[in-house]
Amino acid sequence: MGKKIESNLKNMILSLALISLAASAALGMVYNLTKGPIEQANKAKEVSAITEVLPAFDNDPTASAKEAEGLTLYKGAQAEQPVGVAIKTFTDKGFSGYFSLMVGFLPDGSIHNISVLDQKETPGLGSKMKEDKFKNQFLGKNPETYKLLVKKDGGDVDAITAATISSRAYCDAVQKAYDLWKAQLTEGSSDSEPADSLKGVNQ
Amino acid sequence: MSNLKHFTNGLIKENPTFVLVLGACPTLAVTTASINGLGMGAATTFVLVFSNVLIALFKNFIPDKVRIAAFIVVIATFVTIVDLVMKAFTPDLYKTLGIFIPLIVVNCIILGRAEAFAQKNKVLPALLDGLGMGLGFTLAITLLASVRELLGNGSVFDIKLVSENAKTMLLFILPPGAFITYGYMIAIVNRLKAKYNL
Repeated sequence: MGKKIESNLKNMILSLALISLAASAALGMVYNLTKGPIEQANKAKEVSAITEVLPAFDNDPTASAKEAEGLTLYKGAQAEQPVGVAIKTFTDKGFSGYFSLMVGFLPDGSIHNISVLDQKETPGLGSKMKEDKFKNQFLGKNPETYKLLVKKDGGDVDAITAATISSRAYCDAVQKAYDLWKAQLTEGSSDSEPADSLKGVNQ
Repeated sequence: MSNLKHFTNGLIKENPTFVLVLGACPTLAVTTASINGLGMGAATTFVLVFSNVLIALFKNFIPDKVRIAAFIVVIATFVTIVDLVMKAFTPDLYKTLGIFIPLIVVNCIILGRAEAFAQKNKVLPALLDGLGMGLGFTLAITLLASVRELLGNGSVFDIKLVSENAKTMLLFILPPGAFITYGYMIAIVNRLKAKYNL
């Protein structure tokens, strides 16, 4: 075994500089190697969430993604006909702060499906929002007539037992998505078909 | 000490979780489900093994006065590698472990082994020590997580062992449950250790 080098200024600077240089080189390499797979994993996740919340579509919704106020809007179409809109929405009112959902709206404004993207709510309590038992009450409902508030607050949603805060936050996120869905109808009035169906709902 | 001893040392005799009580932060925070425990353990083991080996390899080129800084750079590099690799290939697990992956940098087990063992030993013992300590940590937190998941959610590794509507003791998944389970397990492990003289 060689002898340990002395702790003088030159050695210390040299040794730390060399270690840092090697470390950054290694990291640069790993970063380049994993960059592709990370992007793919993110995109695959988004597409699979969109697939889950919309009826069958054959376009690439990520190509026409639009962002507004932190929400992202994806349009799904089957043979050029719009089948619905998926909106990636979020709330920061959860029990552990931020979580995000993907909500799919049919052209008439009713909720087709909801998928939880990213949450860190209490396991066994708030995390139950991922389960069908809670989610199913939203399906097929139109937020125009279906009040997105838990029953305690005078709405129509059955909260998860012992997780009212998570349930409220969930409603908040869905409401945000619905507001965006309504906003995009008025601004994009060129695709008149969904706008007409909304009028029908309003009357 | 023979090389085998270096390996088994971390499993029971100086188990980092139950005997040395190092790295309690991830131990308490991520052990809500067995799979989280296993993932966290694997990530920590990877970092521990590689940082131990590298530090043992270059110990003579690291001046004493800047050794901690040098160790941290080495450890942080491996943690970032784990972070990127997990993000790319196990995005779901990455999401649940979240902030605790980057926080492996400040896990006392790793710096502790670098300081107390790797910088004084050759490469092979350092490798075995890292493996043993890592496995000991993995076993301990997976066990802890399984007990908590079983009591709190009625399942182990996401396999339901009780019926869907059975009442489970939610407390064990919440933070207080972590302390209670951890405390009892330390007591049990040390009692068994004393009894069988391990």
